[in-house]
Amino acid sequence: MLRKIRIVLAAIFFVGITLLFLDFTGIFHHWLGWMAKIQFLPALLAFNVIVVIALALITFVFGRLYCSVICPMGVFQDIIAWFSTRKKKNRYRPTKAKNILRYVSLGIFALLMLLGVHSIAILIAPYSAYGRIAQNVFAPVYQGVNNILAYFAERADSYAFYSTDVWIRSIPTFVIALVTLIGIGVLSWRGGRTWCNTICPVGTVLGFISRFSLFKPVIDHDKCIKCHACEKRCKASCIDIDAKTLDSSRCVACMNCIGNCKKGAISYRFASPFAKSAVDETSIKTVKSEESSAEEKQPQASVEPEKTVENTSDRAPVSSARRGFLLSLPALAISAVAHADDKTTDGGLAELKPRQNPDRGEFTLKPAGSRSFKNFSTRCTGCQLCVANCPNGVLRPSTSLISLMQPEMQFDKGVCRPECNRCSQVCPAGAIQPVSKAEKNSIQIGHAEWHFHSCLVTAEGIACGNCARHCPNGAIILVEQDGPDGKKLQVPSVDIERCIGCGACEYVCPVRPVSAITVVGHEVHKEV
Amino acid sequence: MAELNRRNFLKLAGAGAAAAAVAATGCGKSENNPMGKGGTLELPEGEMTYRTAKNGDKISLLGFGMMRLPTKDNRSARETDADIDQDMVNSLVDEAIKYGVNYFDTSPAYCKGKSEAALGIALKKHPRDKFFVATKLSNFAESTWPREESIKMYEKSFKELQVDTIDYMLLHGIGMGEDGMKVFNSRYIDNGILDFLLEERKKGRIRNIGFSYHGDIAVFDHALAMDVDWDFVQIQLNYVDWKHAKEVNTRNTNAEYLYGELKKRNIPAIVMEPLLGGRLARLDNKKALAKLKQADPSASPASWALRYAGNPEGVLTVLSGMTFREHLRENLRTCSPHKSLSQQELDLLEDVAQTMLAYKTIPCNTCQYCMPCPYGLDIPSIFVHYNKCVNEDRYIDDINDPEYLKARREFLIGYDRSVPRLRQADHCTGCNKCSPHCPQRIDIPAEMQKIDKFVNFIKKNEHPNEGAI
Repeated sequence: MLRKIRIVLAAIFFVGITLLFLDFTGIFHHWLGWMAKIQFLPALLAFNVIVVIALALITFVFGRLYCSVICPMGVFQDIIAWFSTRKKKNRYRPTKAKNILRYVSLGIFALLMLLGVHSIAILIAPYSAYGRIAQNVFAPVYQGVNNILAYFAERADSYAFYSTDVWIRSIPTFVIALVTLIGIGVLSWRGGRTWCNTICPVGTVLGFISRFSLFKPVIDHDKCIKCHACEKRCKASCIDIDAKTLDSSRCVACMNCIGNCKKGAISYRFASPFAKSAVDETSIKTVKSEESSAEEKQPQASVEPEKTVENTSDRAPVSSARRGFLLSLPALAISAVAHADDKTTDGGLAELKPRQNPDRGEFTLKPAGSRSFKNFSTRCTGCQLCVANCPNGVLRPSTSLISLMQPEMQFDKGVCRPECNRCSQVCPAGAIQPVSKAEKNSIQIGHAEWHFHSCLVTAEGIACGNCARHCPNGAIILVEQDGPDGKKLQVPSVDIERCIGCGACEYVCPVRPVSAITVVGHEVHKEV
Repeated sequence: MAELNRRNFLKLAGAGAAAAAVAATGCGKSENNPMGKGGTLELPEGEMTYRTAKNGDKISLLGFGMMRLPTKDNRSARETDADIDQDMVNSLVDEAIKYGVNYFDTSPAYCKGKSEAALGIALKKHPRDKFFVATKLSNFAESTWPREESIKMYEKSFKELQVDTIDYMLLHGIGMGEDGMKVFNSRYIDNGILDFLLEERKKGRIRNIGFSYHGDIAVFDHALAMDVDWDFVQIQLNYVDWKHAKEVNTRNTNAEYLYGELKKRNIPAIVMEPLLGGRLARLDNKKALAKLKQADPSASPASWALRYAGNPEGVLTVLSGMTFREHLRENLRTCSPHKSLSQQELDLLEDVAQTMLAYKTIPCNTCQYCMPCPYGLDIPSIFVHYNKCVNEDRYIDDINDPEYLKARREFLIGYDRSVPRLRQADHCTGCNKCSPHCPQRIDIPAEMQKIDKFVNFIKKNEHPNEGAI
């Protein structure tokens, strides 16, 4: 019964959280947004004291229910493990706790977070790692199906579905998500909850608490006939019938052992937290013999950071190349615009050169609600929830090494629209804090810089003013200047005090590949 | 009709009632009505109506326009980059000739420059005395204004069409351009091209000379006042433009005036845009459609429009760009023979025109003359989407309208479906390279900015009563 309740709850949470990452229409967030906000690490980073204390209390009273029900990564592993073991009789065997590995991993994680080296630390943050998998691997499938429906809807003159762009927002993040998926897949296929009880920092913290939990599965050794059925079903490998131990620090309270004991020898009940656990002694005694097997696992975890480094270093030269590009722009700007004078026949579409995103300075653009570059960088766990929910294709994971996987804003696909504050509503970690639509439009996240050497008006003497027409805050003024041949030119001029950095000007600028008006990020977001 | 909501229903019902009243007075069921022709699959052979040109040429009232040729992806060459379906062109031309069509109108600019060659191939197997070929000197681009460039274009037409004589030669689209008169002089007068063409007429390489006109009325009047013996003039004539061209766009001139001026001088008129680029064939305005259908359930809107265009006696031929065989057959039935319109029928069409004008659509006929836009906009597609929404009451800018949210969703989704985001109206820079090319003289940048403003407004107002947020 307990097991069934656990499975139903876990299914609800897993489907709910996954939907948060798949749904791009924003409908599900209204109802399910809280599921992301009760995730342990994001709540901790958001200083969401109530949630953190509640989760700690639940763990202290009932054990690691969090790992079995709320954590999508945990449930995801259960699903894989179920597929791998459903036809096997001897599914799992007891192992010894790898406490050194657990605490070292947690220590390194905490240290990296404190030092601000998020890009490596968040690789093993469970909810975020799952979020990346969902956004990078599952969402494209979901969107693909949606687009097929939209295709038919269009032909049926229905507006029930509309198609959405399926695109890889950042190759390094995509690769990391894929590697994580494969790594987690292999670990859980072979050993159930191995990852949760060795690498996962949240698992280690909650495991520490659950060691003393009030309720836990307790084996009645008088009733036990040593059939080992519970052992074989324990995906945390924490029951050792021969040693008469059940390691409650590794137990994720899945209740599989209880459901499978034919003699009713295991029950979930109150047990004094202060009774000395037999596990501690055994685990300490056997640590040495475990080290070798611990090393086996370690490479699995370190594979990811290495790959990350490779990928980002591949990308690093691009930004310096971009800078060079900016300088050589005037010549390119001319070729970027087809000449209507050459038109001798009718019809056809001018080719659109792909947009290149400009250098945004030291502080990349973070959405309104981030408060500051620092607040954003120290809290974001790179879960991609905001990226998945950005309806305008503005947010995408950074490719720079230091802020890898953390989102930043680009305007090649769209504008940060004034009526949208979705990212601030969905962020569970407090990296983007809730702002109303009115507030959002008065928060300056950056400002526009105008480039006279590539602007159509100053470089070619063509009247344009599209940036000024589209500025929602009236921050771009057209001023009359004398052109080189004495022609009066209406030249855009940015009023930095009014500009909020929404990117409307950059998006609609006709100059390609890099716009002649580009937004530069600010370190601290202030009100204008 | 799938989405017949209460609002549309009331409109339709109202329109139906009005049209029923008209029908009751006897207008819809006159003897001249081509009832019985509609619905039949038979094609009338040897019944085509012919009109006589100045030189005695007997020209079929239905002329084949080669601007919207079929392509291999089943759309007109106006709408796609796909190759022209030459087999289909051949077969359509064969059928047209078999049933009496003998006037074929093309231009070096049509179908991205491929129209003349396609027509040349299609006509090659037919005896030269079975058809008249019309083409134009389409020297719109400034690079083609010098005399030798224009002559090169002229000579190329003979090669592409594979003929020794051009039966009807037109100065193409005079009156167009930002300064219509200046452009006219640059294209045809200053470089001596008009004199050259008149010389060619004397030599017999050209049999008839005329011009097609769009835009600045001063140029039209000027051309008629010149000491040139025009054999014909091509004008835009249909039941909307007859009296309402100026209403649609103050810079345009009613066909009633244009035709009247030609009639005075005894110059035969050739009619273009009888269906307004298909807009009078596919009536998006459901009220207008209901009126026509009420008057005659078996007649198509296209047949009404074609009959109208062929109605004045001074019209030599009516050009229709026929992409699909059913277009051709429908038109063949309408013109074999042509049935003139009674006064009641003329009144009905005037009523339909006024019904359409109540909706503030943009008079774009998707002719693509404005394209390509140097900034990549898909101008005609934007207008098509906008007009569709206006006609279907999905252009609602009142956030308190009970239909607002639904209309908003459908406008925005439909917009993204019809035009990729990077080619939408917000990317218009206002450079105005397009407008001088527009035969309907639409102020394209102004319309683009109007549409963009509307899109921005409804994007911002996601919920009614949210107002300030």
